[in-house]
Amino acid sequence: MEQKEIKPLSKIRSGEKAKLVNIEAGRGLNNRLASMGLVSDVEISVVSNSHPGPFVINVKGSKVMLGRGMANKIMVSGCDNEKDNSGSGR
Amino acid sequence: MKKITAALAGNPNCGKTTIFNLLTGSHQHVGNYPGVTVEKKQGVCRYGDYEITFVDLPGTYSLTAFSEEELVARNYILDEKPDIVVDIVDASGIERNLYLYMQLMEMDVSLLLVFNMSDIAEQRGLVFDIQQLSTLLEARIVQMVGTKGQGKQFLLDAVINSIEKPRKQRIHKINYGDEVEHELDKIEKALIAEEPELSQKYRTRWLAIKLLEQDDDISKHIKSSRVKNIVTSSFEFLKDILGENPEIYMAGRRYGYISGACQETIKTTAELRHNYSDMIDSVVTHRVIGLPIFLSLMFITFFLTFKLGHYPMSWLEHLFGWLGKTISGFWPAGSENWFKSLIVDGIIGGVGGVIVFLPTILILFMMIAFLEDSGYMARAAFIMDRIMHKIGLHGKSFIPMIIGFGCSVPAIMATRILENKRNRLVTIMVIPLMSCGAKLTIYTLITQAFFSEKLQPLMMWLIYIIGIILAVISIKLLRLTIFKGESIPFVMELPPYRLPTFKSISIHMWQRGWMYLKKAGTIILAASIILWFAMSYPKPDTSSHQNKLEYSAIGRLGKAIEPALKPIGFDWKIGTALIGATAAKELFVSQMAIAYSVGDPEQADMTLREKLSANYSPLTGFCIMLFCLIYAPCVATIAMTKQETNSWGWAMFQFFGLTVLAYVITLIVYQVGNLIFY
Repeated sequence: MEQKEIKPLSKIRSGEKAKLVNIEAGRGLNNRLASMGLVSDVEISVVSNSHPGPFVINVKGSKVMLGRGMANKIMVSGCDNEKDNSGSGR
Repeated sequence: MKKITAALAGNPNCGKTTIFNLLTGSHQHVGNYPGVTVEKKQGVCRYGDYEITFVDLPGTYSLTAFSEEELVARNYILDEKPDIVVDIVDASGIERNLYLYMQLMEMDVSLLLVFNMSDIAEQRGLVFDIQQLSTLLEARIVQMVGTKGQGKQFLLDAVINSIEKPRKQRIHKINYGDEVEHELDKIEKALIAEEPELSQKYRTRWLAIKLLEQDDDISKHIKSSRVKNIVTSSFEFLKDILGENPEIYMAGRRYGYISGACQETIKTTAELRHNYSDMIDSVVTHRVIGLPIFLSLMFITFFLTFKLGHYPMSWLEHLFGWLGKTISGFWPAGSENWFKSLIVDGIIGGVGGVIVFLPTILILFMMIAFLEDSGYMARAAFIMDRIMHKIGLHGKSFIPMIIGFGCSVPAIMATRILENKRNRLVTIMVIPLMSCGAKLTIYTLITQAFFSEKLQPLMMWLIYIIGIILAVISIKLLRLTIFKGESIPFVMELPPYRLPTFKSISIHMWQRGWMYLKKAGTIILAASIILWFAMSYPKPDTSSHQNKLEYSAIGRLGKAIEPALKPIGFDWKIGTALIGATAAKELFVSQMAIAYSVGDPEQADMTLREKLSANYSPLTGFCIMLFCLIYAPCVATIAMTKQETNSWGWAMFQFFGLTVLAYVITLIVYQVGNLIFY
């Protein structure tokens, strides 16, 4: 698989998917996000990214809202063009 | 009858409370965990030979030491040692939900799994191999639909079965990979050697995991410096080779374990792309119409609360009026004594004044419970977050503040929807700045007494706006000083919409209503009696023409503080009324009426409004409104702040802080106003 460019989640458009690389935040926030399923390599699909409105993602089957500031701290690698079906666990 | 304790654990929005209500019905006890503001709910269920006490733990995603809720849940399981922990998971979002289960598994407690919302999971085309999952997760699994009351029997049977026939030692454990396992092993060995007591009390592996995760709560129990050193070096070593914090890496491994277990046992038969929740969301969280929808829903909530609440409220008012009259009738005319006055004016008047608000409070909490249980509240929080975030608060804080325009007491109770303690405290502190319904009676009196009909709405609007602006400034100041710290970044789950059950809503409503009656009621009763004494005693000689109020303790107190009130344009009468109004704000009006009831004979046939405008300038009038807006909240509010913050310190901070703020601002306005207008 080719190496994808790493960019903040906020750059991913509505309807696209991305893989989480890391989160540039403090321990508390990192842990909270991890407990909600945001760990390395998890597939995130962006449900809604409309400036300046809600930033909503779908991770492991549940919808999670994020502040825009946080979406800037979550680094992902895009997998928008890939036709992969190994991403989800079920 | 055998007694069992079962703790209910689960993610927020997994339907845990619905199941708890289903199991225990109205046999519930709501309190707080000692020393914290986290709500503790307990309920009893009799089944067969057993009396099962269910404890509803706070809804959490994990069991770290980062939040009060998670710590409370964890410590309850560790220290109170319930006979069984029932983990309720939302079957339609199984992977995320099982993360909490992994942590419970590592704590090595007796476990039972409930797959709730099996109907929604089925709609989404999920098929579970329960047998296989049960083996992999090493627990009995019960499928339920809490909202429809399905599976209650199975759950109770499973609880009893799990206790009568407990499972053997766990076989499976999460493998964190060779590097981490090696370090965990080192820490475990050190723990057994150096901290025998601790590793006897808790499971050593669990302790080692928590130490490697740098868990603050567990770390502080470690005395041995050798263990500490090993943990530090392991942490640094792993951080270096893993390229990320070990705790995050370990979270990833737990999710890996879950994925593995689910891959083998869960089949997806149909892919559901768009469900109704998405459709509703595309409208209510729309960036243009989302805000108007939220504001109209809020308006409807208030409209219904105060419109519908108005009728039972007037019935109750009549009831208390009738009660007062009937009791007065026991004393034939002329034989009235102090006792009658205490009962009728003090107790029935004071307590009745509080109870009449009960219908309004019940309706308001019913509306809020509906908005919350349906899933809309999460969306509302998101819409408001854009605005609230600018002043350093969570979007959800907006809801209690809006309720504050009705009454501070339910508003402070409503701050329970805020998970973060700092957010809660800041919100509680500024809620009294939202002009409540009782303050409205003061504003009405003053604006009508001092301002022309044209100016009245403007003055009214101005005082409300000043309250809001002061609240915003105070929040900013508090966030910069006492409640310093990074503003909590916004992460929140959007639960799927669902129709709330009648049972859940009514239980929620009665619990809040009962709390209001019990807490505010007892304090108000005491305050009413004290205030009545202060207003009635000591009595002047019947021969003297002295004003009764002026002679009473509270009147003297008003006189005593008059010098301090002069610079802000108030006299002793206003001072007396202000003191009395701390029992309930609307008392200001009746106190002013009493203070002016015996006075200049020339003014005898004037209304209170005319008397006020004859005695004070419009500037003083405005200053009265301003002071009433800001100064010390009423007794019921203080009592509620004390209860919700679990400290007299915060209640007193609010009391004095607001009074000082009121004094300073009124002083500036009065002095500057005097220079300009006179």
